[in-house]
This record gives sequence, structure tokens and C-alpha cells, in this order.
Amino acid sequence: MNNILVLPMVIPLLAGIILIFLRSHVHLQRWISFAAMSVVAGLSIYILELIQMNGILRLDFGNWQPPFGILFVGDSFSMLLVLTASVVTGICLLYAFQSIGEAREKMFFYPFVLFMVAGVNGSFLTGDLFNLYVCFEVMLLASYALITLGGTKPQFKESIKYVVINVVSSWLFLVAIAYLYGAVGTLNMAHLSARIAEAGQTPLLTVISILFLLVFGLKAGLLLYFWLPGSYSVPPTAVAALFGALLTKVGIYAIFRMFTLLFYHEPQITHTLIGVMAGITMIGGSLGAVAYKDIRQIVSYNVVIAVGFILVGLAVATPIAVEGSIYYLIHDMIVKAVLFLLAGTMVALTGTAKIDRMSGLIRNYPLLGWLFFIVMLALAGIPPLSGFIGKVLVGQGAAGGGNYVLLALALLSSIFVLYSLLKIFKNCFWGETIISEDEQIPVKKSLLIPCVILTAISIGLGLGAEVLAAYVKDAANTLMNPNVYVEAILGKGIGQ
Amino acid sequence: METLIIILAGVLVTVATYLILSKGVLRVILGTAILSHAAHLLLMTMGGLKKGGVPVIGEGNGIYTDALPQALILTSIVISFAVTAFLLVLAYRTYQENELSQLARGLKDE
Repeated sequence: MNNILVLPMVIPLLAGIILIFLRSHVHLQRWISFAAMSVVAGLSIYILELIQMNGILRLDFGNWQPPFGILFVGDSFSMLLVLTASVVTGICLLYAFQSIGEAREKMFFYPFVLFMVAGVNGSFLTGDLFNLYVCFEVMLLASYALITLGGTKPQFKESIKYVVINVVSSWLFLVAIAYLYGAVGTLNMAHLSARIAEAGQTPLLTVISILFLLVFGLKAGLLLYFWLPGSYSVPPTAVAALFGALLTKVGIYAIFRMFTLLFYHEPQITHTLIGVMAGITMIGGSLGAVAYKDIRQIVSYNVVIAVGFILVGLAVATPIAVEGSIYYLIHDMIVKAVLFLLAGTMVALTGTAKIDRMSGLIRNYPLLGWLFFIVMLALAGIPPLSGFIGKVLVGQGAAGGGNYVLLALALLSSIFVLYSLLKIFKNCFWGETIISEDEQIPVKKSLLIPCVILTAISIGLGLGAEVLAAYVKDAANTLMNPNVYVEAILGKGIGQ
Repeated sequence: METLIIILAGVLVTVATYLILSKGVLRVILGTAILSHAAHLLLMTMGGLKKGGVPVIGEGNGIYTDALPQALILTSIVISFAVTAFLLVLAYRTYQENELSQLARGLKDE
């Protein structure tokens, strides 16, 4: 009955495998990949409703009871992220149809995207630590292929760095799993949580938890973000948008799971460390966003700032701050995707990524300009738009928890986000028009439609936050009370 | 026995770290390969190196070594094999594309 839980991973996987055989049928590939993502999005809404009615769902593979077999767990937090990931991927695919080019499409572009989404959805849903590692690798291997696909010189240069960094962080992940298995003797997350609670978090376990923090920090770009701006600025626009929207967010998800479900007993060590890392991440990201004149670099550093901001919510660890983080996480996945798409469109239209070589674009491309303006306001957290509620809740949580330094940094980073994007808007869209009417490359409508849809979703999220409220509350409730999760997996009595 | 293997894994990590921090791309890839060896050894050790039969039902006399780390290692070996293969081809293509740049210079410097 709970078999539906496996579909968000299996549908993209199967569709990807089928597409391998349809290599030369580009149109068929497009439709199948888009259909697969739409079905997954629809299913995840259905599963969300199921979770609202019946509580946390779990699927034991092969009918092995929880601590012994692997399993998928669907709670509101993971399903919200699965839903957002599927929607964003579907819309980025719409953009890719027009922009990616037939050469790449014939070299298995769509299968790779689908495999990556399968890995992402698997990471969100799994309830087993080693399975999480495997899903990470599925996602990363597909992303290695996507970042190099096309084979231009800058792509090669950056992708070697990207791959080596991820090999090292996967190694750390494996080592951390080995230590944890040696210390506690299980890999099932709920069982781990119960056993760690039983033993009380010893210093040894705290060390292991910090190792996990480093691993996922590398994946998410928390403090260890030095690889991120380079790697995210070389791939084609649609791929960069997918990376910006999905990859770091999986790392953030893993940090949330780890430090709310497993290692929540020593907050004065671990959560303080997360807070410090988040603070430095926001400072570093803000400096980077202000320093560069390359659109793609500025946008990449905005990803870094958002990572820091979301983790402020975890560092504070009050229910309200975690709720804010969840809102902001969902908002950020959508808005970062559209930001990357808009930046890529601007680069494609003007043929340069330097902001001082563009000017007066709003006369040539008014719709593009206003879309960018709305997205900028949404990212900065201006009230009617989607970034607002997350920022308010995180801020409220930080103030309530007495974390005034983090609160100040979070608010200041919003100003830097606004400043860095306003710099793009002012330099590129305002000013003298450089491109004359007849030299102007017409922007394809089909390139703007995905951006319009994503912006509309972002506005909808801002205006209709009430619709999400029930799900987000449930998600935050599960995160703050690990017993709910443990009892759903292991049954009553064990998860005390 | 565990102590010995842990020290061995530590030596492997040291060597790998040194290689990864060097200039040549090939050395970096060798470093990642050694790194994965160290991780696999460590997984094996953390599962316990107690004496017991091979984990095949019918062998031994009721006492077996832990089968779970072996399954984990097997999974991890294929994954790191795939990544290493990809990384090697990537290095080769980079070498072709940016002729005599990074890779060659790195090797000449030694």
C-alpha cells in the first residue's frame, strides 16, 4: 500500500533508462522526460495529503522489518522537498528544450537529468545512512556528466576540481559511516537515533557528528564553499539552474536530518558550530556577491548566502526558526532556479557575462527586466513575495533564542543580496541602450515562459503561504520531535 | 589486529593527502584511488576483525564474521571504481583539449 513512496525515485530512473534507447528521437525524449517529472510532482502532492491524514509513511523493501532492511520514509519535510525538486526540474527541462542544443540532447542529456533527480529524490526519502550515501553518489555521478557534457575548455577545467572535491567529500562520508557503525552498530536512521539517545551522546559521537557536518558542509557549500562559484558558472544555463536549485539543497536537507534526528543531545557544541559556520558563510557569500562583475559569479555567491541563511534556522533550533528555514528552503529552490535561468538568458542575449558591458536592456527586453526585478525582490525578502515569510520566521526564532549576532548577520546578508542583484539590475537594465532595434536578438518566448512560470510560483508561494502552512508545521514538528519519527519506524516503546 | 589495520589505513590517508595536494592531475587521481582503499579498510576494521567463519551459511560452526561491512565495501568499491574511471577519462580529455597545459606541466615540474 505504501509502495507509492518509491515512485518519486523509480519513475525518473525508469524513464531515464528508457530514454537511453531513444537517443536519436529528440522530441520523444523531451516529452517523456517532462511527463515523468509532471507525474512525480502530482504523486508527491498526493503523498503529502496521505501523510497529513495517516502520519509518517514508511516502505520496507522486501518486507524486512526496519532495523534490518533498507527503507524509504516519507514525512512532510522530505515530501515538500521532493515536490519542489520535481516542479523545478520539470520547468528547467522546459527551458532546456529550447536552449540546450541538439548536440547535447543527443548525448543523453535528458537521461542524466532524470538520473540526477532520481538521486535527489532518493536522498530526500531514504531512511538509511548508507542508502543516503548511495543516493548521493547517484546524484553526483549524473551531475559530473552534466557539468562536463559539451566539453568546452572552461567546463573541463572546473569539472576536474568539482569531481575531485566531491570524491574527497564522499570519502569523508564513508569514513564517518564507518565510525558510526563501529560506535553504534546500526545504519538505520531511526534505530541510530534511538541508540544514540540510549547511550547519551558521548564525546566520541559528537566527534562523528562534526565529521558529518564537514561532509555535508562540503556538499552544501556551508563554509566549505570554495569550489562552488567556479563549478556553477561553467555549465549551460539549464544545468546551472538545476545545480543551483537542487544539489546544495540536498546537503542542507542531510544536515537538518542529521542534527535534528540523530545528534541533538549536545546543542551547545554542534549547534553552536553550525551557527558559527552559517555566520561565516553569509559573510563570505556577501563579500563574493559584492566583489564580482560577472553575472554568473554573483548569482553563484547568492547560492552561498542562502545556504548560510537557511542554516541559521537550524543553529537556533526553535520550532519557529526551523519552520522559517523550511519555508526559505522551498522558496530558495524555486527562486534560485529562475535567477540562474534569467542570468543565463541575459548572457545568451548579450554574449557577455560582464555587467559593465551591458546597459539599457529593459528597453530591448522589458519582460526579462521586470521578471528579474520581481525575482530580486523575492530573494531580498520584500513582503508580498515568497522570501519574506521565511526570513521573518528565522529572524523571529533567532531573536527569541537570543542569537543576536546571527540575527544581525542574517538581516545584513539580505541587504547584500539586494545590493548585489540591484547592481546587476541597475547596470544591465537601466542606462543607455547599447543594442539598437535592428541588431537586437529577439528573445524566444519559449525561453521566457519557464521563467514566468517559476516567478508566478514564487509570487503564489508568497501570497498563499497559508496553503503550505499545515505541511510546514507538520514538517517542523517532526524535525523538532525526533520521537515522532523513531516511533513511526520502530513502533512504540523503543523510541523513548 | 585492529590497531595494526588502523595504522595502515592512516598511512594510506597520509600518502593520499600528499598526492592530492601535488600538481600533476594523474597524481591527484592516484591519491583519490588510495583514499578509497583507506576508507574500505577502515569500514572493514570498524565492523570488527573478530575471528569467525566466512559469512556463508554452512561454513564455520555457527560463528560468522560481520557480513554488513562487506556488503557496504562491495557497494563502495564499484562506486569509487566508476568515479575513478570517469575522472581518468576527464583528465585525458582535459589533456587533449588544453594541450600541454596543466597535466603536462605538472608532470614536468617533478
